[in-house]
Amino acid sequence: MSLSRKDVEKMAHLARLQITEQEIEYYREGLSRILGVIDQMNEVDTRTTAPLFHPNEEALRLREDRPDGAIDRDRMQQIAPQAQDGLYLVPKVIE
Amino acid sequence: MDWETVVGLEVHVQLLTASKAFSDAPARYGAAPNTQANVVDLAMPGVLPVMNREAVRMAAMFGAAIGARVNPRSVFARKNYFYPDLPKGYQISQYELPVVEHGTLTIDGDGAERSIRILRAHLEEDAGKSLHEDFHGMTGIDLNRAGIPLLEIVSQPDLRSPKEAVAYLKKLHTLVRYLRICDGNMQEGSFRCDANVSVRPRGQDTLGTRTEVKNINSFRFVERAIEYEVARQIDLIEGGGKVVQETRLYDSVKDETRPMRSKEEANDYRYFPDPDLPPLVLTQEFIDEAARALPELPDQKRQRFMRDYGLTAYDAGVLTASEETAAYFERVCEYAGAEPKLAANWVTGALGAYLNRDGLEIESSRISAEALAGLLRRIGDQTISGKIAKEVFEAMWASGKDADSVIDLRGLRQITDSGPIVAAIDAVFAAHPKQLEQYRTGQEKLFGFFVGQVMKATQGKANPAEVNRLLKERLSS
Repeated sequence: MSLSRKDVEKMAHLARLQITEQEIEYYREGLSRILGVIDQMNEVDTRTTAPLFHPNEEALRLREDRPDGAIDRDRMQQIAPQAQDGLYLVPKVIE
Repeated sequence: MDWETVVGLEVHVQLLTASKAFSDAPARYGAAPNTQANVVDLAMPGVLPVMNREAVRMAAMFGAAIGARVNPRSVFARKNYFYPDLPKGYQISQYELPVVEHGTLTIDGDGAERSIRILRAHLEEDAGKSLHEDFHGMTGIDLNRAGIPLLEIVSQPDLRSPKEAVAYLKKLHTLVRYLRICDGNMQEGSFRCDANVSVRPRGQDTLGTRTEVKNINSFRFVERAIEYEVARQIDLIEGGGKVVQETRLYDSVKDETRPMRSKEEANDYRYFPDPDLPPLVLTQEFIDEAARALPELPDQKRQRFMRDYGLTAYDAGVLTASEETAAYFERVCEYAGAEPKLAANWVTGALGAYLNRDGLEIESSRISAEALAGLLRRIGDQTISGKIAKEVFEAMWASGKDADSVIDLRGLRQITDSGPIVAAIDAVFAAHPKQLEQYRTGQEKLFGFFVGQVMKATQGKANPAEVNRLLKERLSS
């Protein structure tokens, strides 16, 4: 399977990555090769195989529901580009 | 053409845990901005999510309560999108293997009970809040809500009218509150609803194109938003157009839905299993324990109220809509030894109206169950009539006094002795000789007039049955 330049542009946008004109071709070829590998894997009959969601069979560890209120907001806001009245400020988003 | 409405609801229920789904930051509502957002909620580099056992237990309880399958193995996935109130750039959710699948919820449809299928309920985390007020042209972000555990409950498109959608939502609301897994506060956003709405010609099997209506944050708005959307779709199709699959926002002020400004790739979430979280594996013991922890459920309580108290399905439904109301009613019955029907009438009637008027929940009622029982006892032993009881109730509500104090203070004790009643009757006869004459010459409908006059003369305190009996006696003598 081969990707178009448009596919690459769309993926870059979804991932919020800025790429140059030259890079589009570079990624188009590289990603197309990855899809080639996937095509190859798709040739294997997996109808009787359970899907593998994780490479190891470990189970999720659960934690007790005990809150820890020790949160140093001011310290965390010091490394934010901008904060005011306890809020993190970001460029305006309009729905 | 005759159109059929088809609705499925997606309900987001905030789980009542003390800490968040994947971090140990507190999950209380209303704290100062960002004081409950720790490094995990802020998506600092290198942090890892650790799942809250209590959130899982609550999901399993919900599954048991709707007769669903609680999956021994489920998987967390990343739902990817960029928005400032989602610092990681993805929401941890469940996609292919949710924790709960295939349950049912029974609702009161038009005249008959209807079983609504629930496709799935999955665990996920809430996002933060964006505040669009002016911060010098910037948007303020509060991440206290980010990471609070949510159970998203998805119904099949089994609902056939706006009313059924409301009935389903109310039933779900009642259930999660009984289970104590959610406080159900719609204003604060702990119980939120989106509706998938479509129409089709009646009799057609395939579904029409649906729209998703968001932002419906009260039971009333759910009904109105769906009504509007159904009418819009029918107009569109009958006018030769086509329904476009899209997300629409409900505007309760204008009472309309309108398309959300399309974020181009709104539905391109690129789900994939979260590599930070291995599969959630639940032992049979864990699942059984959650099922054993279920309280008496709304339907069971309702059946018991009908059976043990002889109430109608309607009364039992109203009284069991919240556990608190049901408990109040049972306490009144216990203390009053009263006729349950009478207790039900007072709880659903006067008490409900006063609570409503003052915007109070039954837990903060100005008349306790014990005090209302005291009032019902005085009706039962004929100290006061039902009519006077309303006045006593009002005074109790206003003053916080018990029934006996109000009755004594205001001299409202019912007159059952024949002496004073006969005296009042004679006085009324003396004052209205003309009516007495007319009655005696055959105008028997004046009987009611005399009853009214005697009641008035006794300030409503005379026992009505006694008045009737004695009046008949005097008039026929």
